[in-house]
Amino acid sequence: MDSVLSVDRGGPAQPLLLAKNLRKHFPIPGGLLGRATRVVRAVDDLTLSVAKGETLGVVGESGCGKSTVARLLMRLIKPDRGTMILDGDPVDEPHGITVNELRRHVQMVFQDSYASLNPRLTIVETLAFAPKAHGLPHAEARGRSRDLLAKVGLEPDTFADRYPHELSGGQRQRVNIARALALRPRLVILDEAVSALDKSVEAQVLNMLVDLKDEFGLTYVFISHDLNVVQYLSDRVLVMYLGKIVEIGDVEAIYGKPQHPYTRALLSARPTMDPRRRTQEAPIQGDPPNPIDPPSGCRFRTRCPFAESVCAGTEPVLADTGKQSVACLMYVPGSGHSKAA
Amino acid sequence: MAIQSPSLDLTAGAGTGVRLTPVAITRGYWQSVARRLRRDPVTLVCGVVLLLVVASALAAPWLGLSDPYKTSMIRRLYPIGSPNFLLGTDELGRDMFSRLIYGGRLSLFMGVTPVVLALLIGGFLGITAGFLGGRVNMLIMRIMDVFYAFPSVLLAISLSGAMGAGAENTLLALTLVFIPPICRVSESVTTQVRGFDFVEAARASGAGTLTIVRVHVLGNVLGPILVYATSLISVAIILAAGLSFLGLGVKPPEPEWGLMLNTLRQAIYVNPVLAALPGVMIFITSICFNLMSDGLRAAMDVKA
Ligand SMILES: Nc1ncnc2c1ncn2[C@@H]1O[C@H](COP(=O)(O)OP(=O)(O)O)[C@@H](O)[C@H]1O
Ligand code: SF4
Ligand SMILES: [Mg+2]
Repeated sequence: MDSVLSVDRGGPAQPLLLAKNLRKHFPIPGGLLGRATRVVRAVDDLTLSVAKGETLGVVGESGCGKSTVARLLMRLIKPDRGTMILDGDPVDEPHGITVNELRRHVQMVFQDSYASLNPRLTIVETLAFAPKAHGLPHAEARGRSRDLLAKVGLEPDTFADRYPHELSGGQRQRVNIARALALRPRLVILDEAVSALDKSVEAQVLNMLVDLKDEFGLTYVFISHDLNVVQYLSDRVLVMYLGKIVEIGDVEAIYGKPQHPYTRALLSARPTMDPRRRTQEAPIQGDPPNPIDPPSGCRFRTRCPFAESVCAGTEPVLADTGKQSVACLMYVPGSGHSKAA
Repeated sequence: MAIQSPSLDLTAGAGTGVRLTPVAITRGYWQSVARRLRRDPVTLVCGVVLLLVVASALAAPWLGLSDPYKTSMIRRLYPIGSPNFLLGTDELGRDMFSRLIYGGRLSLFMGVTPVVLALLIGGFLGITAGFLGGRVNMLIMRIMDVFYAFPSVLLAISLSGAMGAGAENTLLALTLVFIPPICRVSESVTTQVRGFDFVEAARASGAGTLTIVRVHVLGNVLGPILVYATSLISVAIILAAGLSFLGLGVKPPEPEWGLMLNTLRQAIYVNPVLAALPGVMIFITSICFNLMSDGLRAAMDVKA
């Protein structure tokens, strides 16, 4: 069942996954005759690349579109526009690979460990489902499932024939991780995969994720609202605000020298034990605006302490500032912002 | 960052190769449902009563009962407890006990068949609408809403009236009456299950729609749909009996509880208890189906 795609094709320098101008607006039903007149701008013209072997952290407040990005990258939902390229192959295009082939190589772990498991299936049945759906014989699929259980630290003889409700949250999430690995993917998207776990269990699962990544040569997109966990795990970090990327760069740059006012506010608001790390930055004010009618120009301007009139008229685009890319007019020379060079 | 070859072989390190798991003794879902049911006396009693009613109806010809069609002008309206006629005789001198047992055949048949047919059709439509969503859902559910707008009694009476009296037309009318509610329940549970992450994960695995429905959807929606259908049997029995009572269903001289209730009307002042017996059968049977449905629902509502 392994296609040629399993093998690294473009070499280490070619991004594993490239997404260009992804957009997803959810229609809100309720207009005349149930026709949607307004939309939730969940993801707006988002471009990102995931390098082979890296862990790309994705942070942002709840509702900013992180899960929508994950679903778009897996093509669980169809983007309104935008293109995706998996290791050189365009997805869902005439000369590219199909959505099903993409899903073989990109897998996902969801936040809710219980809702992600079919309560009527035993653990081994859940794990064997995908390989069987891809044509692996029953016995082989079960054998592979048991091996996977061992890989995620669950004794196969004990757990294979149990039902999800007989497992703890941490054990269930290990099963979900095993399921994501069952098709031997190259990229695993972890959407708040450890967020619901107790701190001690979370640490164990995180360590396991690190080990699995090495063992199977995986690439991770790690979505979380927990900035500390993202810092611990990620090579690069992407900060989202209302469906857009506001800052992206190496983890050291983002955490050490955040540039976008939103990133700075996020980082200063996080709980820290270290008094030296407490910055003077004003914590972020209020709730994010409604993604149905995001503010014009810079979407962060309603909460930004540096907002000026120019921010309402001009939409900042991501611009390289050396170690990271930032979407803020303060970093665009000649933008008209008083702090711009 | 080191780039490793992503060609993985998870089974390679297993050494022993493929191991087949023995069929383990698991505390499966249905086992825990059965255990809960065993601890529920009301459901148990209802189940036993229904079993008796159904078994006696099915076995009626072999129970050595007297002929339920044999009339006699001399022994009309014998009271309950008469020698040879345990439950007396009806207005045409026929053995009430025999007719009540035989009556279960038609009454149960008329109650269960439309629900089963409606379950097949409405269940299919509802699960399809729920799983596919979008326009298909819209189309199916709007059509159902049209039927749903009428109270079931009115719909059954008008359909039967339009098609004419008779058992087949009653079955058809009742089937049509029950398709919309079953479709609605099926649609709503399927929509709910479809939204669960495990269905999303199954889609992410690249499995086909039919495989996903078979493995991940059916197992989770059939239970609630069946429970709901069980509760409809009681309604169907009452409606079928009601149609017969109104002369729109089974025709005389068939023994059928609703029809018996009708023909015994004239005897209500002579022997009210006797005249009420078919009603008692309808009541007991339908309430048992209803309580059993409740019991099943409770037993199947297993949360982690
Ligand atoms: N299927 C959907 N239909 C309509 N709106 C949706 C849907 N999924 C997400 N949204 C909306 O899109 C926005 C982004 O949601 P989501 O991607 O789940 O954010 P996050 O994962 O960052 O919390 C939210 O405003 C949410 O209400
Ligand atoms: S563009 Fe203006 S409003 Fe937006 S973050 Fe920069 S300074 Fe603040
Ligand atoms: Mg989310």
